[in-house]
Amino acid sequence: MPDLADLLNAKPVLLADGATGTNLFDMGLTSGDAPEMWLELYPERIRALHRSFVESGSDIILSNTFGCNARRLMLHDMQDQVFKLNKLAAELARMEADAVDRPVVVAGSVGPTGDLFAPLGSITEEDARGVFGDQIEGLKAGGADVVWIETMSASEEIRAAANAAMDHDMPYVFTASFDTAGRTMMGIKPEELLGLAQTFEQPPLAIGANCGVGASDLLMSVLGMTALANGFAPIVVAKANCGIPQIKGEKVEYTGTPELMARYTHMAIDAGARIIGGCCGTAPAHLVEMRKAIDAHATGSRPTLEEVTRDIGPLVSPPNAAADNGPKREGRRRRRG
Amino acid sequence: MSDDDIVLAELPDDELVQQMHDDLYDGLKEEIEESVRILLDRKWVPYDVLTKALVEGMRIVGDDFRDGILFVPEVLLSANAMKAGMSILRPLLAETGAPKVGKMVIGTVKGDIHDIGKNLVSMMMEGAGFEVIDLGINNPVEAYLEAIEEHEPDILGMSALLTTTMPYMKVVIDAMKEKGIRDDLIVLVGGAPLNEEFGKAIGADAYCRDAAVAVETAKQLVDRRHNRGPVMADA
Repeated sequence: MPDLADLLNAKPVLLADGATGTNLFDMGLTSGDAPEMWLELYPERIRALHRSFVESGSDIILSNTFGCNARRLMLHDMQDQVFKLNKLAAELARMEADAVDRPVVVAGSVGPTGDLFAPLGSITEEDARGVFGDQIEGLKAGGADVVWIETMSASEEIRAAANAAMDHDMPYVFTASFDTAGRTMMGIKPEELLGLAQTFEQPPLAIGANCGVGASDLLMSVLGMTALANGFAPIVVAKANCGIPQIKGEKVEYTGTPELMARYTHMAIDAGARIIGGCCGTAPAHLVEMRKAIDAHATGSRPTLEEVTRDIGPLVSPPNAAADNGPKREGRRRRRG
Repeated sequence: MSDDDIVLAELPDDELVQQMHDDLYDGLKEEIEESVRILLDRKWVPYDVLTKALVEGMRIVGDDFRDGILFVPEVLLSANAMKAGMSILRPLLAETGAPKVGKMVIGTVKGDIHDIGKNLVSMMMEGAGFEVIDLGINNPVEAYLEAIEEHEPDILGMSALLTTTMPYMKVVIDAMKEKGIRDDLIVLVGGAPLNEEFGKAIGADAYCRDAAVAVETAKQLVDRRHNRGPVMADA
């Protein structure tokens, strides 16, 4: 089976895949339904989506298991099918990955539980580690090469999922979603992921950013993670939404043309990312151009934020510079708690 | 005694209210409870404690949340502190017949499990005097329709955090139209990926970008409904 670490040694930059959710909606999945329902209902459609990514040149494909943990499946009364569905999903991806004569890595997608962690919410890190462990057991049984922890916003949850991967002797990658003023919803800055990664017994194969808001915002996060020239320099993943999300009538459309996503790919490489893919809105047609961009890339200078917004589009959720640098409220009195 | 040490009971009213705004900002639940009791002991009417201390404090929190200065964990702590203050005030507000502004049914749509934004709206609406029936997360059309029939609210609030679940809001509004009840109530929608254009396109009355806007919009639209009928002399 292919090994992500080997592949990273062999190639300077890898292409991950595109969107799962938005592409399945285009194939007929209805809003409110879980994409995981299609694993048993329409396995051939899930395979077709994986195949389209492999044929577009992806080196890594993600299983259709983003919400395949007991806490999320509970919404659809499917919480007792965690092992079975994760195993099946990894097998479906495996079949398409193994159908070509180049190594394609099957990454087992692990998304958030959706729960708030204690003390803010009810789930504890230990509970979540078990929830993720059950999912990862299925992914491993189905032949996943690596655990792909994504769209995270809380450090407790990243830690729970990473520890669950280690519990099952699986290599792992984690990426967060920086969708709120340059940080995650829970307030993590991109550069803070580096520190988090260093606290784990077995380090991640890569860390990075995925989804969030626009592709420009995502590149800003990548720049934040690769800014520290000295010290810990992990492999960085960039998996951006397809351009800038815009609401057209009652639909969400992404501004990303294949050409724009190719430009994004060049910029992500020059920003220091070594695994590049797309998230919401990214179709096979985009990936084809992204593949070409990787293969034809001539090293350029590290892009500035100005160049990113000029070429890719405006930031959707710009950071609040004053808040990032100064105290939260001026002249506030403090009292002992 | 350090400079930090403040005895709440020794502060004059205006400074105490200022201090409550700060304590809400810092999410200090016990301090908020203590201060609410002090103001009540000083014969403040419950409605003034609510609006001048708690709601105003949460408005500041809401502004800094909107501006990317505070993030979800801090805001949740603030909301918990507010909630603690509210639970002291709620029975008193009912007793003293504080103005009831209107009734709202609120819930996150099917497939979506995010309830942080919805909880904030709930709490701020309660703070502003609305009666709120919270349906929680992951609500199918039927849950909304049943709640509307049972509670006869003035307002329906729907929330979605995902681009994949926001279309479901239209499913609910369409079902209301089909039942002929759409125009009986005000429909407000909210959630990170939404915007005004989306709200209009799916047939909602308004899109509310945050909890503070939701409260303002709700008040305005409820007022407007109450003013329906005879044209006001100065209109």
